[in-house]
Amino acid sequence: MVLVFAEAIKGQFKKAAFEAVTYGAQTAQLLGSQCVALTLGDVQNAGQLGVYGANKVLNINGAAFENFDSQVFASAIAQATEKLGATVVVLSHTSTGKSLLGRLAARLNAGSVAGAKSLPDVSGGGFKVTKGVYSGKAIATYEISSPIKLISLAGNEIPLKATGNEVAVETLEVSAPASKVKVLSVKRQEGIVPLPEATTVVSAGRGMKGPENWGIVEDLAKVMGATTACSRPVADADWRPHHEHVGQTGVAIRPNLYIAIGISGAIQHLAGVNQSKVIVVINKDPEAPFFKAADYGVVGDLFEVVPKLTAAMEKFKAA
Amino acid sequence: MKLLVCISKTPDTTSKISFTPDGSKFNDAGIAFIMNPYDEWYALVRACELVEKNVGTVTLINVGGADNDQIIRKGLAIGATDAVRVDAEPKSALFIAKQIAEHAKSQNYDLIFCGKESIDYNGSEVGAMVAEFLDLPFVSYASKLEVNGGTSTVERDIEGGVETLEVSGPFVVSAAKGLAEQRIPNMMGIMKAKSKPFTVVAPVAFPDLAVPVSYTLPKEKTGVKLVSPDNMEELVRLLHEEAKVI
Ligand SMILES: Cc1cc2nc3c(=O)[nH]c(=O)nc-3n(C[C@H](O)[C@H](O)[C@H](O)COP(=O)(O)OP(=O)(O)OC[C@H]3O[C@@H](n4cnc5c(N)ncnc54)[C@H](O)[C@@H]3O)c2cc1C
Ligand SMILES: Nc1ncnc2c1ncn2[C@@H]1O[C@H](COP(=O)(O)O)[C@@H](O)[C@H]1O
Repeated sequence: MVLVFAEAIKGQFKKAAFEAVTYGAQTAQLLGSQCVALTLGDVQNAGQLGVYGANKVLNINGAAFENFDSQVFASAIAQATEKLGATVVVLSHTSTGKSLLGRLAARLNAGSVAGAKSLPDVSGGGFKVTKGVYSGKAIATYEISSPIKLISLAGNEIPLKATGNEVAVETLEVSAPASKVKVLSVKRQEGIVPLPEATTVVSAGRGMKGPENWGIVEDLAKVMGATTACSRPVADADWRPHHEHVGQTGVAIRPNLYIAIGISGAIQHLAGVNQSKVIVVINKDPEAPFFKAADYGVVGDLFEVVPKLTAAMEKFKAA
Repeated sequence: MKLLVCISKTPDTTSKISFTPDGSKFNDAGIAFIMNPYDEWYALVRACELVEKNVGTVTLINVGGADNDQIIRKGLAIGATDAVRVDAEPKSALFIAKQIAEHAKSQNYDLIFCGKESIDYNGSEVGAMVAEFLDLPFVSYASKLEVNGGTSTVERDIEGGVETLEVSGPFVVSAAKGLAEQRIPNMMGIMKAKSKPFTVVAPVAFPDLAVPVSYTLPKEKTGVKLVSPDNMEELVRLLHEEAKVI
């Protein structure tokens, strides 16, 4: 049986949870088995996970799950895994999933693949999964040999498949350990899609000359419904907030579309964005290394090109 | 204060990655190895700062072969007190974590630091595993950490925001950008490092339950399609009709 931990933020599922369930359902099919989705705490519409292929949805509720503590959450998921006899456990490769995967591996004595990109290859009774390594510069195939297999699924890799119907939610009881972690506050930017979840990203670098010029980048992002990002020197100079910094030392992203404006394309920048499906580069220097990693390129002055692109996007959206 | 910092060795960030012709092994010919940037710049430096402000020790631990001694020496030059190397090939995250936990379990560390991820395997796994083996809390992606007696306040990066936590007692923390500023070791540090205690210990037996068996390079881009800066309608058309991303 495949158990999927479907994570929710403030009781609401994000796309990552639906992707994990879709992945779990498809893995269960490969193994000729069932997919059970697990939710922790107060979660709204948990039954909708059935739509993405969960045969069953379970909920463990209690005050212990109000805030995230990897120790408490991992204990509950491990108990559920053992109670249900799950042989594959799927999580999302998010900040939450990443802190759970390692704990579950140690607790269940199970091999794990963090940031899986593909469905398992179960031919010949084996269990092989691919993931990106060397900051996206290569892909490795991992073989898991333990009875229980753990996977955290990278975002934006598996297309959502709504194949099933809502199911009833059953409850499960486990004992929760006391938390040694107290959440004092959580600050999230409201109204924008966080970078790791964004499907379209508009990003700009030192070519912008200064923070006062970012209006044209924000206008383009707004028309496209995109999230904004930046290169490291831009964040280091406080032209833009730190959470926008993408690359080797910043956030790693894998959107469908990445538009890079006035960014040279240094290898450390590419390390965080090279898994984007389509890359557009706007740069006045035809020799900028970024063009080698791009699908579409515009050689020109960003201060002229970007407003024109925004206008063309507006026209397209209005049509 | 007694602190432990887990450090790993990774290819330099500018390395061109390649594999043996049969795709089974990383080709390390011509590769310069460095201390994983998150371990060096953020975890180790923050640990050193805490000890400088209070009193105490910073121990380094690495699981790896003798060719890792160079990065361990660098860690000592940056400011760690002593170092332990578990002499084993680090093939899987759980094996590595088991070795670290084995060392730490009798040492009563106040805090165990690791980096947010290693830039080669990008797993973000080892820290959480160590925490579970030792039954300690784990706080990942810390961008700020203050310790006041037995309680610590940590800010951690989450999707699109920041979470502030208070943790009581010892815990494992993974370091992200912001936790500290990179330090370049000076001549005196490098000289002192030579005489700092550095022990090599044998690993405990533990199976590798998940290992990479083959590698491939991603498909090369077929070449950039250039669009005239005066024809952004064409770019929009291509993104819609050809790339199908808008
Ligand atoms: C260990 C390490 C880790 C690093 N991690 C990261 C990381 O995570 N993320 C990251 O981004 N960087 C990282 N860097 C830094 C990286 O090496 C580059 O220095 C950085 O990405 C360059 O940023 P940039 O492209 O914005 O600036 P620049 O390299 O200065 O490029 C600016 C570009 O803008 C173009 N331009 C200028 N004016 C115009 C105009 N009017 N119209 C159009 N184009 C214009 C120029 O032709 C140029 O290509 C790291 C470096 C190291 C050593
Ligand atoms: N071989 C190793 N020896 C000691 N610490 C390690 C080793 N490998 C990884 N780590 C630590 O675990 C962190 C996360 O690594 P990873 O799980 O590979 O992403 C690193 O930043 C290090 O702090």
